[in-house]
Amino acid sequence: MKPWIAFWNILVKDMRTYYLKPPNISWGLIFPLAWTGMFFIKSGSGLESIMALLPGVVAVSILFGTTSMLAVTVTFEKKNRSFERLLLAPIPFELLMLAKTSGAILFGVANAFVPVVMAAFLADLSLIAWSVFVPAVFMIAVASTFLGLFIAVAVSEVFEAQTFSNFFRFPMIFLCGLFFPIEKLPVFLKPLSYALPLTYGADVLHGAVHGGHAMPFILDLSLLGAFCVGLFAVSLWNIKRKWIL
Amino acid sequence: MTKDTHTIEASNLAKRFGDVVAVDSVTFDVRPGELFGFLGPNGAGKTTTINMLTGLARADTGSIRIGGIDCTDRPRAAQHLIGVVPDESNLYPELTGFENLCFCAALYGLGKADRQGRAKELLEGFGLTNAAGRKFSGYSRGMKRKLTIAAGIIHKPEILFLDEPTTGIDVASARQLRQLIADLHRAGTTIFLTTHYIEEAERLCGRIAFIVSGRIVRIDTVEHLIQPVQEKHVVQIACANMPDDIRDKLCGSFPGLEFTTQGQGLIRVESGEPVRVGPLVRFLEEQGGEVAEARRMRPSLEDIFVQITGIEADAMRKEKEKAGGGQ
Ligand SMILES: Nc1ncnc2c1ncn2[C@@H]1O[C@H](COP(=O)(O)OP(=O)(O)OP(=O)(O)O)[C@@H](O)[C@H]1O
Ligand SMILES: [Mg+2]
Repeated sequence: MKPWIAFWNILVKDMRTYYLKPPNISWGLIFPLAWTGMFFIKSGSGLESIMALLPGVVAVSILFGTTSMLAVTVTFEKKNRSFERLLLAPIPFELLMLAKTSGAILFGVANAFVPVVMAAFLADLSLIAWSVFVPAVFMIAVASTFLGLFIAVAVSEVFEAQTFSNFFRFPMIFLCGLFFPIEKLPVFLKPLSYALPLTYGADVLHGAVHGGHAMPFILDLSLLGAFCVGLFAVSLWNIKRKWIL
Repeated sequence: MTKDTHTIEASNLAKRFGDVVAVDSVTFDVRPGELFGFLGPNGAGKTTTINMLTGLARADTGSIRIGGIDCTDRPRAAQHLIGVVPDESNLYPELTGFENLCFCAALYGLGKADRQGRAKELLEGFGLTNAAGRKFSGYSRGMKRKLTIAAGIIHKPEILFLDEPTTGIDVASARQLRQLIADLHRAGTTIFLTTHYIEEAERLCGRIAFIVSGRIVRIDTVEHLIQPVQEKHVVQIACANMPDDIRDKLCGSFPGLEFTTQGQGLIRVESGEPVRVGPLVRFLEEQGGEVAEARRMRPSLEDIFVQITGIEADAMRKEKEKAGGGQ
């Protein structure tokens, strides 16, 4: 019971001080809008392409929404030393880090539905397989958050976290099959695609939205889950090794 | 709750950062309900020791038990027993004073009513009620320090670590804070306090460890530490226009006394017997000096500290004040 009081209050505090701040809320709206607009203009196609673009826009929104937050909630708090308060709290370390990341996960899920709501005005979404779409959104949010955590823990300055995460994020837009099928990538880049978690998440989203996917959902989601566990474990290990000197 | 849940035992703790040996084979234990002082100059290893004891740093060697729990391999095992006031004020800048305290209480599992009650009580106690609704980032340094201390005791810990609590706050607040520390001690809290204020250590602590360059050079009760100087008689004379070789001349003329010159125009006279000031003053004036004042000094822990560590207490204090505590 007691550790959950801590868990809940960490989550609520992060929500109030970081996620629900007007700049973040507006970023959460502007990013998906910008992505959607950009790809419509680029593809020069009409409304029928919305369903083809939606999975990619959803995935990008989650990726950018979650990873940019961890630089603040973790790297910044480490820098101003308030993170030490959390390390001193009598709660299991894993629970503490889950509390620290669950805000970003929720933020990522909320970000994902911004383009969905926009698309609802322009296209018929009744054919989307929501029972697959929603778990996929959640898993992508968890994996991206833990990727952000991994990055946030690896650096010591907020700007480094931002730079370092772009190093991952931008290539992922092109390598993970969000907008361009992986089959069309040069052969030497394909192994890289399969080493990135978002590839599996995007595959499920494509399948859920318009039926075209490369791998079974269960395999996609299992691999995504494995990435989550792996990234979380490595991040925790890194914190123990690097921050508890 | 058995009494031995209130203890700190450290044995052979060592910690280095690259080539720097921060703490070198430190052994001590703090008994239940004791107020234990850790006194040493900048960079002596006080904060590093606290970090190892509280689980914020890993010891290279040695073992730690807090409240009877072995924390050597599991540094977080005893965190429910302890409260920590760090050397820097590290609360959340974007939360108000009240929110900060409530949040810290929640980290220790206090329910909502308890959190708010404790927070109000402490804000009141620290004279921060009027600032309760203001953001921490807008607090002055002393206010930050006070709120940080309040946050460290909000869950009424059995064992409290205080890293230079009074650095950076005004005299009246420091006095108030010492009173608070004494009250906590009286109520049974075991307290580990680091400080560079020798008088503070002397006034508050039962036992004191002197730490220099990562090593404990002496641990004892304040009475035992002071005893050798208490049997000593000390007089300080302020005198202008002294000849350069005055010390030698004095030593030659007053063989039973010990003389040290201290800075500009100050002579310190020590003896096992009561010092007769009259002949000294006359002698100095014969030598062309102008004596402004001669004072009997109460022997203090400061003398012992200087004697044992070879560090001038004044120098230590000034350096600290320049660096300033807190944020
Ligand atoms: N993270 C670190 N990396 C490298 N060296 C460190 C680190 N922390 C402490 N040190 C070194 O260890 C030594 C002891 O530092 P520590 O902070 O424990 O001293 P202190 O007694 O608390 O000093 P102060 O009175 O200034 O607070 C110093 O030489 C310091 O430079
Ligand atoms: Mg220190």
